[in-house]
Amino acid sequence: MAQASETPLIGETDSASDGPALDGARIGVVTFPGTLDDRDAARAVRIAGGTAVPLWHADDALGDVDAVIVPGGFSYGDYLRAGAISRFAPLMRRIAESAAPSAGAGLPVLGICNGFQILTEAHLLPGSMIKNDHLKFRCGDQVLRVENTSTAWTAQFTDDELITVPLKNQDGQYVADAATLEQLEAEGRVAFRYVGTNPNGSRDDIAGVANAAGNVVGLMPHPEHAVEAGFGPDDATGMRAGTDGLPVFTSVISSLAGSTAGPDPAGGAA
Amino acid sequence: MPRIVVEVMPKPEILDPQGKAIASALPHLGFRGFSAVRQGKRFELSVDGEITDAVLAQAREAAAEMLSNPVIEDVVDVRVEDDPAEAGAGNEG
Amino acid sequence: MSDQEFSIDTVEHASSTPDVELPWDELGLKADEYERIIAILGRRPTAAELAMYSVMWSEHCSYKSSKVHLRQFGEKVTEEMKTDLMVGIGENAGVTDLGDGWAVTFKIESHNHPSYVEPYQGAATGVGGIVRDIISMGARPVAVMDALRFGEIDHPDTRRVLPGVVAGVGGYGNSLGLPNIGGEVEFDACYQANPLVNALAVGVMRHEDLRLANASGVGNKVVLFGARTGGDGIGGASVLASESFDDAKPSKRPSVQVGDPFSEKVLIECCLELFGGELVEGIQDLGAAGISCATSELASNGEGGMHVELTDVLLRDSTLTPGEILMSESQERMMAVVTPENVEAFERTLAKWGVEYSWLGEVTDTGRLVIDWSGETIVDVDPRTVAHDGPVYERPYERPAWQDAVQADSFAATEAGKNLPRTASELGTAVAELVTSPNLADPSWITDQYDRFVGGNTALSQPDDSGVVRVDESTGLGVGLSVDSTPRHAYLDPYTGAQLALAQAYRNVATSGAIPKAVSDCLNFGSPEDPPIMWQFAEAVRGLADGCRELGIPVTGGNVSLYNQTGGNAIHPTPVVGVLGAFDDVGRRTPSGFERWADGQAIYLLGETAAELDGSEYARLHGHLGGLPPQVDLQREKTLGAVLINASRDGMIDAAHDLSEGGLAAALVEMSLRFGVGSRVNLDALCERDGLDPATALFSESAGRALVALPRSEEVRFKDMITARGLPALRLGVVDAESGELEVAGDFEDGSFILGLDELREIWSAVIPAHAEG
Repeated sequence: MAQASETPLIGETDSASDGPALDGARIGVVTFPGTLDDRDAARAVRIAGGTAVPLWHADDALGDVDAVIVPGGFSYGDYLRAGAISRFAPLMRRIAESAAPSAGAGLPVLGICNGFQILTEAHLLPGSMIKNDHLKFRCGDQVLRVENTSTAWTAQFTDDELITVPLKNQDGQYVADAATLEQLEAEGRVAFRYVGTNPNGSRDDIAGVANAAGNVVGLMPHPEHAVEAGFGPDDATGMRAGTDGLPVFTSVISSLAGSTAGPDPAGGAA
Repeated sequence: MPRIVVEVMPKPEILDPQGKAIASALPHLGFRGFSAVRQGKRFELSVDGEITDAVLAQAREAAAEMLSNPVIEDVVDVRVEDDPAEAGAGNEG
Repeated sequence: MSDQEFSIDTVEHASSTPDVELPWDELGLKADEYERIIAILGRRPTAAELAMYSVMWSEHCSYKSSKVHLRQFGEKVTEEMKTDLMVGIGENAGVTDLGDGWAVTFKIESHNHPSYVEPYQGAATGVGGIVRDIISMGARPVAVMDALRFGEIDHPDTRRVLPGVVAGVGGYGNSLGLPNIGGEVEFDACYQANPLVNALAVGVMRHEDLRLANASGVGNKVVLFGARTGGDGIGGASVLASESFDDAKPSKRPSVQVGDPFSEKVLIECCLELFGGELVEGIQDLGAAGISCATSELASNGEGGMHVELTDVLLRDSTLTPGEILMSESQERMMAVVTPENVEAFERTLAKWGVEYSWLGEVTDTGRLVIDWSGETIVDVDPRTVAHDGPVYERPYERPAWQDAVQADSFAATEAGKNLPRTASELGTAVAELVTSPNLADPSWITDQYDRFVGGNTALSQPDDSGVVRVDESTGLGVGLSVDSTPRHAYLDPYTGAQLALAQAYRNVATSGAIPKAVSDCLNFGSPEDPPIMWQFAEAVRGLADGCRELGIPVTGGNVSLYNQTGGNAIHPTPVVGVLGAFDDVGRRTPSGFERWADGQAIYLLGETAAELDGSEYARLHGHLGGLPPQVDLQREKTLGAVLINASRDGMIDAAHDLSEGGLAAALVEMSLRFGVGSRVNLDALCERDGLDPATALFSESAGRALVALPRSEEVRFKDMITARGLPALRLGVVDAESGELEVAGDFEDGSFILGLDELREIWSAVIPAHAEG
C-alpha cells in the first residue's frame, strides 16, 4: 500500500515542501506518535541539499532511502522510558537490519534526542539516558566539541571543532557502565562532548556517540535547530544566527555522494 | 482476580536523580531516619482468566525486554498478587 | 458496559414525578434559575438535564455576571476594525486574516483554581484546553505563551505552586511540540492562594481550512473521539452520583483533571489530517462542561437538532452515571460532525493514529437535543436554552469606598518618595536593587523549562518584547504576540489600568516590528457578587473596549475568571491582554537588546517621561501601592507604534525595547544584559526637557515610551521620521560593546554610576532559582 511515500510529512504545510532537491540523497525522517522535531529534521535535510522522505513508524519497509534520521520528541509520551516503545515499531526493525555491520556499508542513521534514546533502546548505540541530574526540562544554547569526524554524520566538521546548537530535554543524562565508557573512549566513538558546564550530569560530558562502523550516530542536542540563520541559537554574528548544526546533514549527503560515486579511498577520513 | 506485579528498580550503580532529590527533601519535612531513597517502578499486568506458568513466563520476558532497560534498570520481582479491589468495594476511584 | 444498577431518571419519569426534589442548590444553581429551568421545560428536569443546565449555566460557562459588560467588545467595534476579522467573539477562538490566504487564530484562557489545587496538572491541562480551542477552529497550533502570577516569592506555598505550574506548562506544551515564545510572571501577596495561570495559544491555517463548531446537515453523524471519559473534574458535582436517589453508589470523584499530552499531540495530528481530507463538517473541543457543552453548542449553532445515545460513550470508569458522563471534564476529547459518506475515511484516519472513537448519534431537524440512555430518553431540551439562553445578571456595582483614599495616597508623599536617591552611588544601588527584585529579575529559570526551538520557526521569544513565529517559510510571513497586565495600576484605577495593559501589549508587538491586529483578553477578578469588585470589572472592560476602539484593533475572544479570592481578600484586578501583530517578513524583527556588532550605535529614548512613580516597581520595592496610575495616551501609542514598525521595515533600528515595569532603568539594564553588551547614557537632556530629577527619570513608568538603538548612518533619516510624526525623542547615549558595563551619567553630585554587567547578571539571574529551588 506504499503508505510511506503517500503519507504527508507530519505537519508539513503546503508551502514548505518545495526545497532545492538534489537527486541521489534521499534521507528518511521517521515519525512516531509523539514525534515533534520531524518537520525540523526534514527542513535541515532540505537546506543541506537533500530530499527529505517522510517515513511512518508502522510501515514495514524502508523504501528508497539512502539514510535515516530518527528525530526528537516524546514518542509514545516517553511514559515507559524514553524511546522504549518506539524501539518495537516495525520500521525500527528494518532500520536496525539495514544499519547493522552485517549489512555491508551500513545505512547511515542519526538519532537526535528522543531518536538517540530510541537507538540506545534498540541497541544500535551503547548506553542509555536517564533523567537530568537537576530533574527539570531544560532548553538552551549548548557548546559541543566534535571529537570524531570520521562518521557519516560528522565528516564535514574539523577535528575538535566547537559548535553551538540548542539542547532541550528532560531525560538527557547519558549513562553507561565503566567498561562501555572505557571502550567508547578507546575507540574514539564519543562523537560530541559538552563543553563548559555539563548540562545534565552525563557521564564524561558525553553528548553523542557513534557505533563502531561510524554509520550510526546519536546525540542529545539538536543540530536540526541550528541550520537556518534567524531561527537558530545565538552566535557571535548575532541573535539566532547560528547554523553550526548544518554540517551534520551536509556530511551525510556528501558521504552518500562519495559512496555512490565509487569506493571511498579515504576510508572516511575527513 | 489475581494479577502479575512487576517491579523495576534503577541499577544500584546508576545514580537515581529522583531518589536523590527525595532523599534530600525528606529531612526538610522532619523525616530524618532515612539515609537514601531509590525510586523504582511497579507494573500491574491484568490477566483475563487463570495465571498459568506460561503467562508468568511471558510476563518475565516482557519485564526483561520491554518494561526494563538492562543498561540502567533491574527487574527485581515478578510475582502474582491478588487484586485488593476485588476483595473490597469494587470501587476504582 | 453497564452492569451498574441505578434507576435512570428518564424524561417520562420526570414528567410523572413532578415533586421529586433535585439537589439543584448543591450543583450551584439559584432558586430562580431552577424555576426557570422548570419553566423552559414545562416540567421538572431529569437528573441528566439538571446536570447539563447546572454546568452550562455556571459562571464559568455562561458568563452570566460578565455578559452585560463584555457586549461592549462587540458594540465598540467599527467597520474598519472588522477589515481583517474573519471570526469574532463567540466561537472557540477569533480568526484574523494574515494575508496571502493565511489566517491566524489565538486565544488566552485561565486555569487558575485548578493550578492552585494541583499545580502541575492544573497548569498542564490549562495549556491542553487552550490548544484544543485552536485546533477546533481548523488551525495548526504553532506556539503557546503563559502569563503567571504567584504569591510573594518567599512564601512557602509559592515554593509548592511555582515549580509545579512551570513544570506543568512546560511538560504539556513541550510534549505537543509547541514552542513557548514568551509571557510574563509576577509575584505579589494578593495572589497567595489565588495564583493565576493564563495560557495563550496561537494557530495558523489557510482560509479554506476554517472550521466552526456547528452541527449542520440533517442525518450527519456525531462522533466523540480521543481519550475515554472518566470521572475527571466532576468532584464538585458528586451529589449527582446519587442520581438514583439512594446512597448505594460510590461517590469518590477526583476534582482534578489529569492531562495526557501524548494523546493530545496525536489528536492534533489526527484532526489536521481530518481537516486536510475535508472529513468533518463541524468540530468542537471538550473542555469545561464536557459533553454537555459540546452537544448543546454544536446543536444550537447548527440546524438545531441532535439525537445521541449516551451509553455509546467510551468510558474509563464504568460506574459513571449519565449526569456524570455529561459533566465530565476528561481531557483530550473532541466531538465532530461527519457526513455518512465520510464515515469510512474518518475511521481510517483515526485508526492510523490509534485514536479511539465512538459514534453517538446524528444531526436532526427537530430543534431538540435528545439524549438517550439505553434507548430511554433522559434529556430532551432546546439546545439554545442550555448553551446560549442562560441567566444574565446585572450585578450591582459601585466604586469602592476605599478608592479615593488609595488614589490620594501618592508615593511622592511617603518617606521613600520624599527621599529619592540623588547621588550617583545611591542611584546605582537603587537601580541594582530594583532590577534584582523578583518581578524584574531574570525569568529564565522559568522559560528555560520551555522548548522555544521546536518547529524551527521561532524568530523571537522570551526575553524579547514579543514572541515572533514564522507562518510561511517561502515568504517569511509571520506573527508577533505579547501578553501583558499591570494589576497594580488596575488596582489604582481599573479603567486606566486595563488600557495600560493594552497599551503595553500593543507597544511590545510594535517594538518587535509587527503591526498590531487583534486582541484576546483574560479577565481575572475577585467575586462578582461583591459590588466594588464588580465595579473593577466593569471599569476594566469599559477601558479595554474604549482602548481597542481608539487603537483600531478588535477583541476577538478571551475568557473571564471570577471568584479569584480567598475570604474577603480578592486579587488585584488583573486584565491580561494579548495583542497579536502581523509581519510581512519575520526576518526584519527587532531584538530587544544591543548586539555585539552594534558598538557605537546611538541610543534614543522615544516618548515623554512624567513624574509617574505611583504603582511602579520602584514604589513596590518600598512597600507602597497608592496614588494614580500613569496616564494613557493611545494616540501617542499609535504614533510610537508606527515609528517602531516603519523603522523596522526600513532597517533603521537594530534594537528596541519598550519601557514599562521598572521604567528606563529596567529597560537599559535589560537591553544591556540581553547580549551582554554595555552602554553609556546621560540623563541630563531628559531631566531638563521633562523637568525630572534623575531618580524619577530612571524609575517612572510613564507609558508610550521605548528605547531604540540605531547606526549613526541612520540617525538623520530616523530623526526626520520622528519629527514628521511629531514624536518627541532624545539621544541618550551610545552602545559600548567593549566596556561590559552600563554607565549612567547625569546631574549627580558624584559623577556617574557604573554597573558591571557580569556582576549584575550574577545577582539578577540568581533570584528566582534561589527561591524556587533553594
